[in-house]
Amino acid sequence: MSAASARLAPSGLLAGARRRFAASSSAPVYVALGAMMVVSFVLIGPRFLGYDNVLSILQRSVALGLVAAGQTLAILVGSLDLSVAYVVSVTAVLASVVMQGNPEMMIPAVIVVLAVGGLIGLTNGLIITKLGVNAFIATLGMALILRGLLNATFDNFAGSVPREFQVLGYGNVGPVPYSVLLLGVVVAAVWFLLRHTRFGHHVYAVGGSEETARLSGVRSHRVIISAHVLCSVAAALAGLFIVSRLGAGAPWVGPDGGYDLESIAAVVVGGTALAGGRGGVFGTLAGVFILATLDNVFNLLQVDPFIKDTIRGIILISAVAVYALRLRGSR
Amino acid sequence: MTTGAPGADRAVSKVAKRPPAYSAAGVRRSLLASAPIFLVLLVLLIAIGVMNPRGFDAGYYVALLKRAAPLMVLAAGQLFVIVSGEFDLSVGSIVSAVVVGAALLTFGDPAATYPVMAVLLVFGIIVGLTNGFVTTKLRVPSFLATLGMLLVLQGGVAAWTAGAPRGSLHQEFRVFGREGVTGLPVIGELPYSVIILAAFGALLFWLLHRTNFGQQVFAVGGNARAASLAGISVARVRSGAFVLSAVSAIVAGILVAGFGGLSNRAGEGYEFQAISAVVLGGAVLGGGRGSVLTAMAGALTLSALFALLNFMGQPNAVRFVVQGLIIIGAVAYASYRLRQSGS
Repeated sequence: MSAASARLAPSGLLAGARRRFAASSSAPVYVALGAMMVVSFVLIGPRFLGYDNVLSILQRSVALGLVAAGQTLAILVGSLDLSVAYVVSVTAVLASVVMQGNPEMMIPAVIVVLAVGGLIGLTNGLIITKLGVNAFIATLGMALILRGLLNATFDNFAGSVPREFQVLGYGNVGPVPYSVLLLGVVVAAVWFLLRHTRFGHHVYAVGGSEETARLSGVRSHRVIISAHVLCSVAAALAGLFIVSRLGAGAPWVGPDGGYDLESIAAVVVGGTALAGGRGGVFGTLAGVFILATLDNVFNLLQVDPFIKDTIRGIILISAVAVYALRLRGSR
Repeated sequence: MTTGAPGADRAVSKVAKRPPAYSAAGVRRSLLASAPIFLVLLVLLIAIGVMNPRGFDAGYYVALLKRAAPLMVLAAGQLFVIVSGEFDLSVGSIVSAVVVGAALLTFGDPAATYPVMAVLLVFGIIVGLTNGFVTTKLRVPSFLATLGMLLVLQGGVAAWTAGAPRGSLHQEFRVFGREGVTGLPVIGELPYSVIILAAFGALLFWLLHRTNFGQQVFAVGGNARAASLAGISVARVRSGAFVLSAVSAIVAGILVAGFGGLSNRAGEGYEFQAISAVVLGGAVLGGGRGSVLTAMAGALTLSALFALLNFMGQPNAVRFVVQGLIIIGAVAYASYRLRQSGS
């Protein structure tokens, strides 16, 4: 994530090095995560780092982490996706309705769900690039459309997933749950894509300046559309994970989880610039862990849950302010 | 309310000429250019008359206007922020805070109504200034700054009420959103909310289209760097826009308190509806274009559309689909025209 953005930064020798550090590193988020761990450990004691608790933090991170990994791509390319929460709902309900508790339908259902996710992302991307609609409005509109379709069709839990499918939500390989592995694989894949493929470099280039990228021969529309397809597919994976935990899908699982705004928050807390072109998926993962740890600590300390939102808001604003001020200071 | 205007006035005197696009003729031109929304609104209003069992009933249209008033007020305020090139996602949570705060602060005491309103207004100004400060001084993109404010207020309201609001809203406080001047010919009742809407709308129209501050809002949204080089304080202008948006949310909250129930979520979703309305009214996200009249027409159009869907016996769900389709359609259309005109 540093190489690509540094390449785009104008650089004198020393200024370039300083700028590269300041601009591209997500260092503050790791420092913040570390500090948070220490404070939590002091407040809660050894049980904070016990196997059960660490597992619970990780489990909590999976759904948001999957959505946020995809959101990272959308934001890096200079876009954003407000429809992910409803993609989560649509796919959770769809998976559960297609499976109807029948193990033989697991694979068809997964294929259908991922295809629908991809299709929604494709539509988002096409509306943004070909119709020239601002990403905020395009994906907000998509969210409203999906919400309406869901509410018109379902008003409660529908269908069910077979016990075999719930392994995704509850099963382990050795000490590691499948779901955490899934998150790890998706994050690693996004990292590889961004860091080691031509597509990844194009993502940074288009996010830095779509016009410049286009004039340099990058097919910017394709890059934006692909980023949106991947973003929605990641949200569909989150939907699959959630339905495997719940046993059945309901229209409210996505919006109730707040995945749209929270995933954006996790991405920017992780050091990715909302304007695009700068950041990376590991920062996002750290951002997700910060939010999940916060949840966990509040639960363990039995703090008034209502204050949680307020603290999140303050964390979000301070994190972005720190990045913005660092960037300015480095000029 | 016009924070940023006094200093801004001094700044604009350095700008040599009033750019022609912002002159009275420019406003007329931009109104004409955005005329589609008025046409759409007219069609919807006629369709409502046709579907209404009582026919073209003036009283019904007034009632529609009354229900639309909070959203129209919000849209007018949001417009300043959007024209200046930013977003304000915090308005819905401000509306909730007003509804809940009004109940908690008045303790059912009618005498407390006006003092509490003054307190709420000051609160709105503080929220707006904070949004402005975080956006312009801390350089946090407004999408995130105001999202953070939304979370802070939402959490604050929930914690303050311990989950469910207690107390009650005194009748005295509900008058503005609920009552009206009765016994009038033709329309029967003229709701206070419509009067407040007209006054507030006129004030914001004057501010955006007739004052130096308004011109500076357009200039900052059109090109912040150029505006800054021309001597305009971008931070002050944008902060002024955030304050106006927050104050409009306070006014809208007082109206919502009149007819809504007492709930932590009274204002939920208003932020996206207000942005949709502004966009329907032809304003461009990213700044530099927009008009108070068309933004308010956009808000009325949304409300009229929901009313029409009601008459057509469509379930609530359909309105989300329609809302989604029309905001995408409106922006796609605007974007198409922009490309056609080659600017």
